[in-house]
Amino acid sequence: MLSFTLRRLAAFLATLVATSLVVFLVLEVLPGDPALLMLGIDAQPDAVAALRAKLGLDRPPVERYLVWMAGLVRGDLGISHTYGTSVAELIGERLVVTLPLALIAMSLTTMIALTLGVYAASKHNTVGDYGVMTATQLGIAIPNFWFAILLVLLFAVFLGWLPAGGFPGWDQGPIALKSLVLPAFALALVQAAILARVTRSAVLEVLREDFVRTARAKGLTRTQTLWRHVLRNSLIPVVTIMGLQFSNLLAGTIIIENVFYLPGLGRLIFQSINQRDLIVVKDVVVLLAAKVVVINFIVDLLYAVIDPRLRTAR
Amino acid sequence: MRIFTTSLAVALLMSATAALAAKDTIVIGMQDEPPVLDPTQNAAAAIDVIFSVNVYESLVRIGEDGTVKPGLATSWTIGEDGKAYTFKLPKGVVFDNGEKLTSENVKWSFERAGSATSTNPTKRHFANIAAIETPDPETVILRLKAPSSLFLSYMASGGAAIFDPKSADNNKTTPVGTGPYKFKQWVKGDRVVLEKSPTYRDPSKAQIKQATFKFVPDAAAQVPALLAGDIDAFPTVGATETLDRFKADSRFQVVIGSTEGEVPLILNNNKKPFDDIRVRRAANHAIERKSIIDGATSGYGLPIGSHFPPHHPWYVDLTNRYPHDIAKAKELLKEAGYPNGVDVTIKPPPFAYARRSAEIVSAQLMEAGFRVKIEPVEWAQWLDVVYKQKNYDMTVVAHVSPWDQDNYTRGKDYYYGYQNPEMDALMKAVLAESNEAKQKDLYGQIQRKIADEAVHAFMFQLPRTGVYAAKLRGIWKNSPVSVTDLAGLSWVD
Amino acid sequence: MTRDGLLMRCLRQRNFIIGAILVGVVLSAALLSYFWTPHSPSRINVPGRLAPASATHWFGTDHFGRDVFSMILVGSRNSIAVGLVAVTIGVLTGVALGLLASAKRGWVEDLVMRMADFTFAFPAILSAILITAILGPGTFNSILAIGIFNIPVFARITRGAANAILARDFILAARAAGKGHIRITLEHVLPNISNVLIVQATINFALAILAEAGLSYLGLGTQPPNPSWGRMLNESQTFLFRAPMLAIYPGAAIMIAVLGLNLLGDGLRDALDPRLSRSR
Repeated sequence: MLSFTLRRLAAFLATLVATSLVVFLVLEVLPGDPALLMLGIDAQPDAVAALRAKLGLDRPPVERYLVWMAGLVRGDLGISHTYGTSVAELIGERLVVTLPLALIAMSLTTMIALTLGVYAASKHNTVGDYGVMTATQLGIAIPNFWFAILLVLLFAVFLGWLPAGGFPGWDQGPIALKSLVLPAFALALVQAAILARVTRSAVLEVLREDFVRTARAKGLTRTQTLWRHVLRNSLIPVVTIMGLQFSNLLAGTIIIENVFYLPGLGRLIFQSINQRDLIVVKDVVVLLAAKVVVINFIVDLLYAVIDPRLRTAR
Repeated sequence: MRIFTTSLAVALLMSATAALAAKDTIVIGMQDEPPVLDPTQNAAAAIDVIFSVNVYESLVRIGEDGTVKPGLATSWTIGEDGKAYTFKLPKGVVFDNGEKLTSENVKWSFERAGSATSTNPTKRHFANIAAIETPDPETVILRLKAPSSLFLSYMASGGAAIFDPKSADNNKTTPVGTGPYKFKQWVKGDRVVLEKSPTYRDPSKAQIKQATFKFVPDAAAQVPALLAGDIDAFPTVGATETLDRFKADSRFQVVIGSTEGEVPLILNNNKKPFDDIRVRRAANHAIERKSIIDGATSGYGLPIGSHFPPHHPWYVDLTNRYPHDIAKAKELLKEAGYPNGVDVTIKPPPFAYARRSAEIVSAQLMEAGFRVKIEPVEWAQWLDVVYKQKNYDMTVVAHVSPWDQDNYTRGKDYYYGYQNPEMDALMKAVLAESNEAKQKDLYGQIQRKIADEAVHAFMFQLPRTGVYAAKLRGIWKNSPVSVTDLAGLSWVD
Repeated sequence: MTRDGLLMRCLRQRNFIIGAILVGVVLSAALLSYFWTPHSPSRINVPGRLAPASATHWFGTDHFGRDVFSMILVGSRNSIAVGLVAVTIGVLTGVALGLLASAKRGWVEDLVMRMADFTFAFPAILSAILITAILGPGTFNSILAIGIFNIPVFARITRGAANAILARDFILAARAAGKGHIRITLEHVLPNISNVLIVQATINFALAILAEAGLSYLGLGTQPPNPSWGRMLNESQTFLFRAPMLAIYPGAAIMIAVLGLNLLGDGLRDALDPRLSRSR
């Protein structure tokens, strides 16, 4: 167990260092001067130079990389060029939008997918099954930003029930949740379609196993058997996909938050690239890479919870 | 769930009672959010839109007609040689943090803006200041190195705002100024809230008690927000195609005006083929402004023929200097040695007006024998490739600074790549001129010179397309500067 | 497995037939657009902008008065080209790396697989944005950005499948007969994993079209005057109030192309490997 953890930790650190190097080099060759962007086209060259010095952009690359890494090790993410505030604070205030959005989207995904998947499996090869399969095929084929535009068209433009974009802030109370409804559905659609198909296959697989027949023989109804025994045993592939999907969701927010102009992490990174807020880009990319590794780890832990046999196997 | 319904009921009740009393708040919609809230640190126009005039004050300000008006200074005199500006400050001016304003604040602010390590976006405005004197707390004397007829306008910009040294460093997140409004809240990504300042020197000035600037970047989202009444005023609506709908609705007034933003098809005068005036003139004959204006601004932009805002009394109409004439354009290209046409690229930055006019103007140039390749660039790349490296043939960008005709005297180091001694002489003369009639004449000559030389192919003046609640008064039709004069706004019943 | 048998098995798959029809529609639209479009897709006619659908403009006109139907037709070329080239980059490089890994094993395999893992740890869209930010937006650069992310997919699949084949008895027989790494790979491994690769390539073609649409939507893909479905969607967003249908056509076109390819892939998989379709 200890060596397993140590190996995991080493892989984690290696990924982070590799990511930090790659992103640093990428940003080195990225054309554009953050100082010029901040001061605009009427700025005097020496003002731009002074700002470059103030931001530390005039230092040699190796020094800047080491300074940045030293900061990361101390937990100091640095100061955003554009906003002049600490990157940690910036990410924090964006996460309070993105995290709830991703969680709502993930819950929607899970609810829709498990219901549809189990339903389709239980109605295997009937109209209901075909209906679900057709719907999920469509769901996978629809670009999520197009679905988002369609949602805006229907619920914001024609019906006027929900805001077309923007986020009023949590201090407005639960009303703020309204702004997350459409984006969450837009994010959930594709993921739910994929997950529903995985669930269906997994459930069908388990349904063929002996213990299901035994349970049925013991007098449990079909529905009882499905939810009590089959689903639990089908969860391994489902959880694997969910782990991947949660990573996908956070990436999906880059486009969806742009469609809805939500001040979340996805929009922050897109804007930071455009505004050459290099320190923010670097930090967020490393954090995203860290997140993928952490989610993979959590998925592994979940396997162990779902299936105790795996605990000893590892 | 119960908590939710209760708070909803309370909110409804509150808005109902608020509606009974006369309205004294306003929600103003705007497209871009400022990255920071300090105009001396960042050039973003959105900072001026919210804070200049309202929270931060400069010595003078620009009125709706483009003329210089008193700001923080109640009056000023200009010395005989045009090199000494004496400003009088009012007594009892207090910053939002309680600090008193004296002439020392002016000295400190300007020295900060002009210092060697200054990162002020308008730093070059301060290069002309030789000395700053503060004979008493209510008097500032600025001594210039050379007379400049533009100096007063420069002193009106947000970059010349007067700060309190104790709070200056925090202005990027918590602005402190002397204006009729004070900063209340910034909900990043959504809004900035200002409220009437209790310490302002003239308590009767502002009618609106609270102003919310709400950021709605999505053109499609601006319309429902206005229709639902969530926003009272949107001075620059992005979805200009929808303005007719608001014109037909009695709850709204649509106010179309002009801005300070000239939009030329910018030509690189220092690079083949546009280093040849015949090719530049060919481009001028090839463009057809009506289609560009209709396609890029839904018909609301004003056609221009030179670099000068049409709303200004000194404007000279030069839109017929180069009539739309494809044959003439082809002939000029042939004369210049391109009988079979010429390859050029256009690099528009990512603004809707720029991308759209670039697409239309390219199609027009193609008809005249230019083979145009569109290479859109993001803003950072534009600044790097087009502006800094001057590696471009054509581009489109609005020139929103007032009195920026001196761009034509910045020589080959500037991205226009244009240099002309006659132009330099004209500009020098107008800067040294203090007589208004003579200034007008000189600016007329400058406009003609820019058009004659076909430095660029001038397209249109960026319009100000505003939708406002019908009962709002005090709206600026034109915006010679990007400020929102909150103290001038009021509601009628 | 004979060719006739495969075709018959394909045609017994409903997914395959529907998919083939949809893909056929998109391909014919692209081919047709080389010979005929109702109007020139780049002809600007500002006075006739945002016109509703009519006999002359079947899908109406966009904000410059261009014919939307013609733009959709020509736009299909762009989606197909970007998808095809990006997947080809992925297949060629990925398969080569995968085969190399499985033939050499040891540190080569480790290195290839770690690189694949590393690429996966990066959100693809983010890297694509960075790549286009460095190289500038445009068709070629978006192909590159999408292609790079296809490489690890095919590298992993190839290695996995190849390793399974290499463990079989007939490979041992071939080795015993004195065949070298390269010959074994070319004569035995590649033909045996081609089915898996074809299915995956079809699916990734669909994903590449989606990715291209996403990049174009963000303004980083194909540039005007060449029409692209993703950019048409982006431009339509401003006009949702005046011309909502502008947001419908390009999205529907993307959906048809992606749906067709996905169904085709599913059908192919079921036809090529009946065991996999057991649970479907």
